Amino acid sequence: MTALVIAEHDNKTLNDATAKTVTAAALVSSPVHILVAGQDCAAVADAAAKIAGVEKVLLADDALYARMLAENMETLILGHADTYDAILAPATTTGKNYLPRVAAKLDVPQISEIIAVVSPDTFERPIYAGNAIETVQAPPGKKIITVRTTAFKAAATGGNARVEMISTATDPGLSRFVDENLSKSERPDLTSAKIVISGGRGLGSAENFKLLDQIADRLGAAVGASRAAVDAGYLPNDFQVGQTGKAVAPDLYLAIGISGAIQHLAGMKDSRVIAAINKDSEAPIFQIADYGLVADLFQAIPELNDEIAKRGIGQKA
Amino acid sequence: MKVLVPVKRVIDYNVKVRVKADQSGVDLANLKMSMNPFDEIAVEAAVKMKESGKATEVVIVSVGPAQALDTIRTALAMGGDRGILVKVEGPVEPLAVAKLLKAICDEEKPGLVLTGKQAIDSDANQTGQMLAALLGWGQGTFAHSLELSDGTIKVAREIDGGLQTVSLKLPAVVTTDLRLNQPRYASLPNIMKAKKKPVAEKSPGDLGVDVTPRCKVLKVAEPAKRAGGVKVKTVAELVDKLVEAGVVT
Ligand SMILES: Cc1cc2nc3c(=O)[nH]c(=O)nc-3n(C[C@H](O)[C@H](O)[C@H](O)COP(=O)(O)OP(=O)(O)OC[C@H]3O[C@@H](n4cnc5c(N)ncnc54)[C@H](O)[C@@H]3O)c2cc1C
Repeated sequence: MTALVIAEHDNKTLNDATAKTVTAAALVSSPVHILVAGQDCAAVADAAAKIAGVEKVLLADDALYARMLAENMETLILGHADTYDAILAPATTTGKNYLPRVAAKLDVPQISEIIAVVSPDTFERPIYAGNAIETVQAPPGKKIITVRTTAFKAAATGGNARVEMISTATDPGLSRFVDENLSKSERPDLTSAKIVISGGRGLGSAENFKLLDQIADRLGAAVGASRAAVDAGYLPNDFQVGQTGKAVAPDLYLAIGISGAIQHLAGMKDSRVIAAINKDSEAPIFQIADYGLVADLFQAIPELNDEIAKRGIGQKA
Repeated sequence: MKVLVPVKRVIDYNVKVRVKADQSGVDLANLKMSMNPFDEIAVEAAVKMKESGKATEVVIVSVGPAQALDTIRTALAMGGDRGILVKVEGPVEPLAVAKLLKAICDEEKPGLVLTGKQAIDSDANQTGQMLAALLGWGQGTFAHSLELSDGTIKVAREIDGGLQTVSLKLPAVVTTDLRLNQPRYASLPNIMKAKKKPVAEKSPGDLGVDVTPRCKVLKVAEPAKRAGGVKVKTVAELVDKLVEAGVVT
């Protein structure tokens, strides 16, 4: 049969979480179709059609889906669920919002945040803040799955799927979009950046977080934060890395003034290389860091910035 | 308006679990258990609504073993009015929990359900959304702030890009995120008072729900261990290492 992947996008560009979810989907069922639900989002559907291995793109273009509200997405997806034996969404805040509604209505247990497909009905997923990995077999029937996208490579481009407009559902009238306050940044997205520089409570203020900006800009890195730094208002909520924030797995994760609580580690310990700067030599972050520097960050950060500049690092990209 | 707050008894967030040697699960024997931290935030939000006159009653519900009664008592000590314990031994999947809660909502007819966005043991992040769908209600997940007015609730949600505000028709389901509030500690007198608050006990059978797990856990394993690292002495040495590792160029 066929797998359906629900696209992640902002009506203009297709988020690469989609191509990563396609990779997972193809291991569960094939061919793979993609559903693009949004408003004035034809360009997104065209981009989705270019993902290799995708047979068809369904496009639901309507004001109802402009913000992908969960209630509206539920009725739309349910209207097309019959044709598919697997429905997958990226485990973003959008996917986590609507997909459990679909699962409940189909009376199917959802498998959340898979990190591996063992076989078409068996999956690995982290539990207990990533301190254990569960291998779970879904019951026969439809599979409803969210995918931790850092665990899967993006499917290649080069596909040429057809795009089919589909009819939209009616407005369930349960919720209404009011407004949005999005962080604007020229930097790469936290979940797909090659380098992430995260700061914790040790930074001490929102002002001090700017110390990280210069280095991040030189390296083309994204900036992240611990919960403590977000709670203190140093950075907005969408910067939080961890069990209950974002999962990241860059080539380099640089943790500065972060102690390394299990909830933080849950979101970054799959990074290829971890480096940490902390003034406390006993900080748990050093137990998982490949390179640890015991130092006062207020001294180390300017030095690091100078060192990177001096060696021309980051200018070769 | 009646507010229903589902709470789960989970391992305390400060405790690191160990996987059992036979990979059949995690070893919870003799570990400290607490209320799921996100549910504490939900209890706090509900109690605040009652204190400000916006809620008339706060009903605490837990699905779990006999000891989940302690979790309910903690929520009652924080200011809940009464409790309902749905007694089940062994694991209950989110969909089954949602069905139990739906049956309770059908009886209790709350104007709002407030619960945590995820439980820190199974990290599934499903129950609130599933409940909302089964009830045919709107949902505001990952709540950062709330604004109740007549017949609607505005929920600012913590999303990947920042904050998104939605307005929901009541009744609705709201799931909490970390920034919604700072849960209070129950005072000793309130802990004593909570012991006298009524807690009803029900079984899944009473509610007409089959809670037999549908998924099969084949194995629970330790995550891959990271090889131990090295300490460097200077910033220059750190940069040398990062260049050597090929992660900066
Ligand atoms: C339900 C729940 C969910 C959670 N989810 C998350 C999550 O998703 N992500 C997350 O990060 N946390 C999460 N937490 C919080 C987590 O438990 C920790 O409290 C948090 O990660 C600590 O942040 P921190 O390391 O910045 O602060 P701290 O633990 O206070 O550490 C600060 C560190 O900075 C160092 N430092 C201070 N000054 C300097 C200096 N001048 N130079 C160098 N080093 C310095 C200190 O030595 C210390 O190690 C969660 C907690 C709960 C209960």
